[in-house]
Amino acid sequence: MSHTSLTTTPVDAQGAGGGGALPRGRRFGAETVFRGAATAAGSMVLVIIVAIAIFLIVKAIPSLRADHESFFTYQQWFADSSPAKFGIAAIAFGTVLTSALALLMAVPVALGIALCLTHYAHRRVASVLGFFVDLLAAVPSVVFGLWGRDYFYRPVSDFAKWLHDNFGWIPLFGSNGPYGRSILLGSIVLAIMVLPIVTSLSREVFLQTPTQNEEAALALGATKWEMIRTAVLPYGRPGIIAAVMLGLGRALGETIALALTLGAVYNVSFDLLGPGGNTIAANIALKFGEANPTGRSALIASGLVLFAITLVVNMTARAIVYRRREFTGGAA
Amino acid sequence: MAKRIEAVNVSAYYGSFRAIDNITMAIEPKSVTALIGPSGCGKSTFLRSINRMHEVLPGAKVGGQLLIDGQNIYDRDIDVTAVRRMIGMVFQRPNPFPTMSIYENVVAGLRLNGVRKKSLLDAACEKALRGANLWNEVKDRLNRPGAGLSGGQQQRLCIARTIAVEPQVVLMDEPCSALDPISTLAIEDLIAELKNEYTIVIVTHNMQQAARVSDRTGFFSIDKTGEPGRLIEYDDTAKIFTNPSVKRTEDYITGRFG
Amino acid sequence: MSAEVVSHAVGARSSLKTRRLPKWTPAGVAGAAVVIALLAVYLPGAGGPVLTGIAAALIFLIGLTVLSAAVENGRAARNRLATSLVYAAFVLALAPLLSVAYTLLVKGSDRMSLYFLQVSMNNVSAFDNEGGAYHAIIGTLEQAGIATLITVPLGVLGAIYIVEYGRGRLSMLIRFFVDVMTGIPSIVAGLFILAFWVLIVSPYFNNGRPQYSGFAAALALSVLMLPTVVRSTEEMLRLVPGALREGAYALGIPKWRTILRIVLPTAAPGIVTGVMLAVARACGETAPVILVAFGNPAINFNPFSGGQESLSLFVYDQAGAASKYAPGRAWAAALTLVVLVLALTVAAKLLARRNKLGR
Repeated sequence: MSHTSLTTTPVDAQGAGGGGALPRGRRFGAETVFRGAATAAGSMVLVIIVAIAIFLIVKAIPSLRADHESFFTYQQWFADSSPAKFGIAAIAFGTVLTSALALLMAVPVALGIALCLTHYAHRRVASVLGFFVDLLAAVPSVVFGLWGRDYFYRPVSDFAKWLHDNFGWIPLFGSNGPYGRSILLGSIVLAIMVLPIVTSLSREVFLQTPTQNEEAALALGATKWEMIRTAVLPYGRPGIIAAVMLGLGRALGETIALALTLGAVYNVSFDLLGPGGNTIAANIALKFGEANPTGRSALIASGLVLFAITLVVNMTARAIVYRRREFTGGAA
Repeated sequence: MAKRIEAVNVSAYYGSFRAIDNITMAIEPKSVTALIGPSGCGKSTFLRSINRMHEVLPGAKVGGQLLIDGQNIYDRDIDVTAVRRMIGMVFQRPNPFPTMSIYENVVAGLRLNGVRKKSLLDAACEKALRGANLWNEVKDRLNRPGAGLSGGQQQRLCIARTIAVEPQVVLMDEPCSALDPISTLAIEDLIAELKNEYTIVIVTHNMQQAARVSDRTGFFSIDKTGEPGRLIEYDDTAKIFTNPSVKRTEDYITGRFG
Repeated sequence: MSAEVVSHAVGARSSLKTRRLPKWTPAGVAGAAVVIALLAVYLPGAGGPVLTGIAAALIFLIGLTVLSAAVENGRAARNRLATSLVYAAFVLALAPLLSVAYTLLVKGSDRMSLYFLQVSMNNVSAFDNEGGAYHAIIGTLEQAGIATLITVPLGVLGAIYIVEYGRGRLSMLIRFFVDVMTGIPSIVAGLFILAFWVLIVSPYFNNGRPQYSGFAAALALSVLMLPTVVRSTEEMLRLVPGALREGAYALGIPKWRTILRIVLPTAAPGIVTGVMLAVARACGETAPVILVAFGNPAINFNPFSGGQESLSLFVYDQAGAASKYAPGRAWAAALTLVVLVLALTVAAKLLARRNKLGR
């Protein structure tokens, strides 16, 4: 960086070094303008989050006034008929159920991959494998949805049939078909989609484990797995919890893949195998096309609930991360 | 219960780089052996190859024989974890497990070995902490985090953790380099006591410390950067520090070493 | 009492030898597991290739663990089980990725042609074996382009505030909510722009009627991109050595010029990487586009007026159309989209590798 390019401001006759009396600081100079612009841009984030809440509330109110059923306990969605009858009981339940199932499947696998990348695989192999995980994150959700609905349903249907044949006495697996778009299919696809985020966050957590603690465990005669259980996992626990919560936030908001793989049925049911399942986000995508003004407002109302849930989940997760950061002294 | 260590032509590598070359030395049971030498001379690498901790680093390997009471620990059918339990290690920086209490830290090794009975663990914990001269300072707060102790206390906690599994040999890798003089003195006193039960090998940068605590001293050096470290002289500590037989040892000890 | 402890302390064990399984054992067990699974599951027709694979994996895990427990010891067995599970997790994650990639290539290339990339769906009904994705490509590029134009200045300035000016509570609050904002679901961002822009603001410019448009989609994508850009820029700015700033201050250069002329250029490659990754993610978003751009089978170059298509929306539309020709179009469009997204992602990663500000 050459010095001349930095001092392009026209300088008094005395030259850049100056002379004479020291100039006074200007109150409304470029510095103030720039600082103000930066502060405003930074504050945009806060403005947007508040604006999301305000505008969703404003546009949700008309439909909530028009709703002839209880918004929180009614299971059906007839927002476009008159009188309008709709409630989020079924779709909110479906949102939580699919997300929970997806995390149940994704978290152990994600932790396994993260451990593999940090502690098992050869370093060069690990960087290639890590790249594949990043690729998984880059695939758009509509592609996963299409793949899940048109191809992945086959092995899942086989699996569903097998589950029913062998464990049909468990109510979860009670349905005897047809096996196609179901909560099982939706939550497995969702699990694949949240896998990369949980993996990459827990990988960072595991990388932070102090080497000296790992060596201490090994020097006590621990096997590799015992070393991981003694030194790596306890140290990473808050970070793992945060990663899981962030994955949960992602799962709760996923729209298109679930709109394509769930059965879009409005009921509260634990039947995982049969046609069924719906979520707040998927319902918005599915119903928006033919919605009238009340219907649109009703969808916005359900979106407000989703926003509130994900906000709480994300804020909790971030609060954990921030507390941990203070605890470990600013690293990461 | 202490064991005799015999290194025969031990070499250690990081990838293709040879860090130490053909070290041959015998370490007697129930003695303190100090390894001294300039930075990068391979003394820590040699120490870590005694309990097979060297190979933990990616690409690191060891050649030659390391005999513990005549048994080569680099034989194929040797259980690495058993070697490390028999030969404990204390590291340069105190490294108690940050998520564990003082008590849990001390018994961590025993729990790994499947000891579950509370009475056994309690007894072993007290014995190890007494052995590390730490019991009186922490007996009222065994359930507090180990990371809350002072640096010197943490290092003694790590020594307690190491001797809780009752090893035969204790390796110490510059155990006082991160400590203040008073804590250093406490550790040196402790080493003198531990000698009655264990074979101790200590790597140190501090020649006074080597002279104070050890019975025998090995001097390591390198010809130049990039060359492997070699054992230059190995003899009784008194002789090394008063009348070394090799010129390079004398140069190093009198501070004329470049 | 301590005598009993000693007996437990393995340090006292005289022998260091242990019985160990030969090195080829895992491979052998794996081979046997595959054979057993083929014989027991696949050949009798009890399950397809996926179930067979799962059965083989389970047989391998159980077999190796039991063998190790019998020959070696319990701890070694647990260690082997953990190792196998860790690698199994990897295979489990790689399988869907490979399946998606395979399906994309095979199904996507069926309809893929220059023709497909050059025509729209104007006057093509779902039941015709014609049409292409040109209008959708235009839409995606315009929407992502406008979103980038909005987000980059805002995001970079915001990051400059956090790193260079931010002090005290406001800065903490902003940092916290930037992180929280990365978790806002894309459908919520779409609803926000629907409520705020399409339903409330746009009627003023459109004779009182809501105006769905590509620009609205770009706004929604901006909401999603902003936190990512702020966060990655922030990380890059923090990597710029403080000595560089101090060197400039010592020359009497004002802070804002130091930031613009020295800090930003130094961090630029990293910032570009972050922006490209954010753009790649935005290109793949469908949900907000459905809500505010509404779609359009014809080519619409004007992002400010009338509905506009995007690639992801086109995939979704065709996926929902009940015609035997629709899936072909959907997969070809999906392939186009993935190629675009991956090209951006890979280019960003390569650029990141050349970045001199290593961590």
